[in-house]
Amino acid sequence: MSPLRAQLRHEVSTTLRNGEQLLLTLIIPVLLLVFFSLVDVLPTDTPEPIDFLAPGILALAVMSSAMVSLGIGTGFERTYKVLKRLGTTPLGRGRLIAAKIIAVVVVELVQFAVLIPIAYILGWSPTDPNWIAALAAVIVGTVAFAGIGLTLAGRLRGEINLAALNGLYLVLLLLGGMVIPFTKLPGAVSAVAKALPSGALADVLRETLTSGGVRPSTSWAILVAWAAITPIAATRLFRWE
Amino acid sequence: MTHAVVVEDLVVRYGDLVAVDHVSFTAAAGEVTAVLGPNGAGKTSTIEVCEGYRCPTSGSARVLGFDPQRQQTEMSKRIGVMLQEGGVSPSAKVADVVRLYCDLYGKGVDPAELIEQVGLGERVRSNFRRLSGGEKQRLSLAMAMAARPEVAFLDEPTSGVDITGRQTIRTIVRDLAATGCAVVLATHELDEADKLADHVVIFDRGRVVADGSLDELRRGHDEIRFRSAPDLDVGALAATLHVPVRAVGRGEYVVDGGAAHVAAVTAWLNDAGHPLEDLRAGKQRLEDVFLRLTGHEGST
Repeated sequence: MSPLRAQLRHEVSTTLRNGEQLLLTLIIPVLLLVFFSLVDVLPTDTPEPIDFLAPGILALAVMSSAMVSLGIGTGFERTYKVLKRLGTTPLGRGRLIAAKIIAVVVVELVQFAVLIPIAYILGWSPTDPNWIAALAAVIVGTVAFAGIGLTLAGRLRGEINLAALNGLYLVLLLLGGMVIPFTKLPGAVSAVAKALPSGALADVLRETLTSGGVRPSTSWAILVAWAAITPIAATRLFRWE
Repeated sequence: MTHAVVVEDLVVRYGDLVAVDHVSFTAAAGEVTAVLGPNGAGKTSTIEVCEGYRCPTSGSARVLGFDPQRQQTEMSKRIGVMLQEGGVSPSAKVADVVRLYCDLYGKGVDPAELIEQVGLGERVRSNFRRLSGGEKQRLSLAMAMAARPEVAFLDEPTSGVDITGRQTIRTIVRDLAATGCAVVLATHELDEADKLADHVVIFDRGRVVADGSLDELRRGHDEIRFRSAPDLDVGALAATLHVPVRAVGRGEYVVDGGAAHVAAVTAWLNDAGHPLEDLRAGKQRLEDVFLRLTGHEGST
């Protein structure tokens, strides 16, 4: 078995066996999807809440695994010198990061395999969805969020990083257009929210899965910009110890 | 003799602090080389350069002929590393960690056998956080051994370990050297170096102050130790023997000289009416060598 495969298997099994990670990456998105689909309390501006919620919750799933789960796990591994130790093995630093990113993608596939059928069961019926474009958006979003998670993980102490990422998760959940439409936010807040990676990803997913288009939009540009900037920040700011 | 590790004129600076100051030494295959010194002497910085983890400010290190910074990927397949502490997530299970490291090195080491070898067979399902200090160190040693290393860098392997655990670790380290591995053991525990090392490199304030085998470091420094009355006139005894005599504890004395002085010491004490207990003549203890060279007390 190659070092990359060995580390990838370890990363995926560790994530899927960790109760806190499962809560964050799977249980909370499922609960939000089910609860707000069945209890019509959100001002979603759509006849069926699920049509607004499903793309937003998929964006939330990406943010949970690529930013929060990856960032918290890596931050604690840095604190506990796990990264330092792995850096002296044949795995090396490059393949360690590669294994972590691939593990995030694997976890996302598990998330989608659970969330999309539940959304369909709850009555989601996307009109003319462009799944290829949606997949592209998920990949770009994963890069953007992973960059944020690794930047914080590589600079902050484990506990501070944990608090920062959980706080950021909550802010982006509320302002990210995932469960609350931008139109319901105050004007200035709405403008900021649209510039956030969470808002951009939710908007792009909603566009690709409901209107079937890949037409250039501001949200695509914002998402691509975040995906270009945050990995560079992570590369420059990350400290292995 | 094959030198598996060659450090030449190595300097490591952290800002204005010179942690390693023009250090040179070698470590041979099949030997345990103890890098000895007080905390902050530069041992860990030197070893981290050899592991490829840290860049030197100047000078060089070669491990199995590799440049640790430029050829780290190739070198890492052939070395085992034990960090001073940590390296494992608290929630990770013993079996998972050992399996991962066996897979990472790909040398065909059986994880179950390795776990038994380090005496963790009954802790295989335990989380790292549940292990005792000694068990954590043995797990860390297993991670290094998963490489079937030709060079093993072990940083304070017995730190915080009880007597039984120390014995297990010493046996493993000796066995590792017996396979031809060059073991580089960084420690501030003189007793550990005394029991394990074939070759000692003593660091003090970033510099190497002594380098040689234990016998070489002790050569020319024979001594006689004995216990007697607490108010012994050491000046008078020294004048009689024509060698320095010093009190090293209440009622404990050291004569800087070999066995030839035993008869004179015995006679002088007898004439003075003082008791004589626990007389030992021989080479200086490593602790005394260390003290003589550095002026610091080491841990024992």
